[in-house]
Amino acid sequence: MGDSQYSFSLTTFSPTGKLVQIEHALTAVGSGQTSLGIKAANGVVIATEKKLPSILVDETSVQKIQLMTTNIGVVYSGMGPDSRVLVRKSRKQAQQYFRLYKEPIPVTQLVRETAAVMQEFTQSGGVRPFGVSLLVAGYDDNGPQLYQVDPSGSYFSWKASAMGKNVSNAKTFLEKRYTDDMELDDAVHTAILTLKEGFQGQISGKNIEIGIVGADRKFRVLTPAEIDDYLAEVE
Amino acid sequence: MSIFEYNGSAVVAMVGKNCFAIASDRRLGVNLQTIATDFQRIFKIHDKLYIGLSGLATDVQTLYQRLVFRHKLYQLREERDMKPQTFASLVSAVLYEKRFGPYLCMPVIAGLGEDDVPFICTMDCIGAKELAKDFVVSGTASESLYGACESMYKPNMVTYYFEALGLTHGKTMEQGANCIGVQKENQYKLLEEPEELFETISQALLSSVDRDCLSGWGGHVLLVTPTEVQERTLKSRMD
Repeated sequence: MGDSQYSFSLTTFSPTGKLVQIEHALTAVGSGQTSLGIKAANGVVIATEKKLPSILVDETSVQKIQLMTTNIGVVYSGMGPDSRVLVRKSRKQAQQYFRLYKEPIPVTQLVRETAAVMQEFTQSGGVRPFGVSLLVAGYDDNGPQLYQVDPSGSYFSWKASAMGKNVSNAKTFLEKRYTDDMELDDAVHTAILTLKEGFQGQISGKNIEIGIVGADRKFRVLTPAEIDDYLAEVE
Repeated sequence: MSIFEYNGSAVVAMVGKNCFAIASDRRLGVNLQTIATDFQRIFKIHDKLYIGLSGLATDVQTLYQRLVFRHKLYQLREERDMKPQTFASLVSAVLYEKRFGPYLCMPVIAGLGEDDVPFICTMDCIGAKELAKDFVVSGTASESLYGACESMYKPNMVTYYFEALGLTHGKTMEQGANCIGVQKENQYKLLEEPEELFETISQALLSSVDRDCLSGWGGHVLLVTPTEVQERTLKSRMD
């Protein structure tokens, strides 16, 4: 195939008009652990599987969902270390914005700047694209918002979305279950059910992670105890 | 003579009831020689935000151009106008960037913020913000202006007498009088009531620039309410 001759160089287009490295990055994302996000009427929820390589790993030390600002949180599918670099850069950009304008950064602006960073790494020499897609959830003056950012640097606003393994089943499930007037609690239940669909093994507060932000504009990650409560309600 | 006194200037802003007024003199001088009598010192950033700049005239113009540039980019990116508080933070940051080679300007920022609450502030040439609830002044006539404003200012001044009665802004005198059921004979009493805020800021400006040889040659007053903006030119001692 003509494409394979161009697949090693990021900065060269293939004859079919693709940047093959980005396609490979998306494959890396697609084989990462499932993560999803749902935008409710009064908040946003993001969730992910937290499958650890061994039972000896201290699961309390692993946190996949992280804060970018006090009212914006992010979850990823793909390579964890790449997402940490992006979160670090985005946090700095959010603080620079605040230092200049003394106003918290709007979610759209932060997403745009994060996407610009990811795009930079698709058009520079000697670097590779990030191997993660991010789901950014935030609550600002324009209400609750959910954005997905891909390794190419494109971003989309979603009402509900999923990434990683099992993405097509998860999206079909979400399409059926999503309603515009969902409350935050219902959204958490739906998120749990969606994760359960493709989950191998017993789901519990220790092997999934959920982050929510409501009208109080404080993003927080739920404790395992709180997740167990929601799980009990779902059953 | 200090570099701040090279061109001469006077700028003042006052807060009224749901409105604000910003005024400046019109002289542009080179030391003691007057070379222009229509120099603009107050600039619009957007419909509800104005900035008055005193100090070295070249820096006034350059700083204004830079700030408008930043604001236009912000408008394009964020699809909204800047709040006055945000703009003041931006001006402060822009000025501090030049901490060791500053713009020789003292800005006066006045705007209507969220829910049309008036906001005024001033800062020194390296960005130290000073927020005020009543009035802010800057320029070569600033000491006189402080005195004049302090004695003439009172809170909740209105741009139209009828605002004090809670009637809709913008009615003519007759309409307003009819609304409150005033007899025709008594309408003259209403016409005597001046527009408080405009009168106060004009008198404060004119009496202060009359005491300062480097500012004057008329005044320029802008009254801004949530619904409209009025620009007026004052004639004063032309010297």
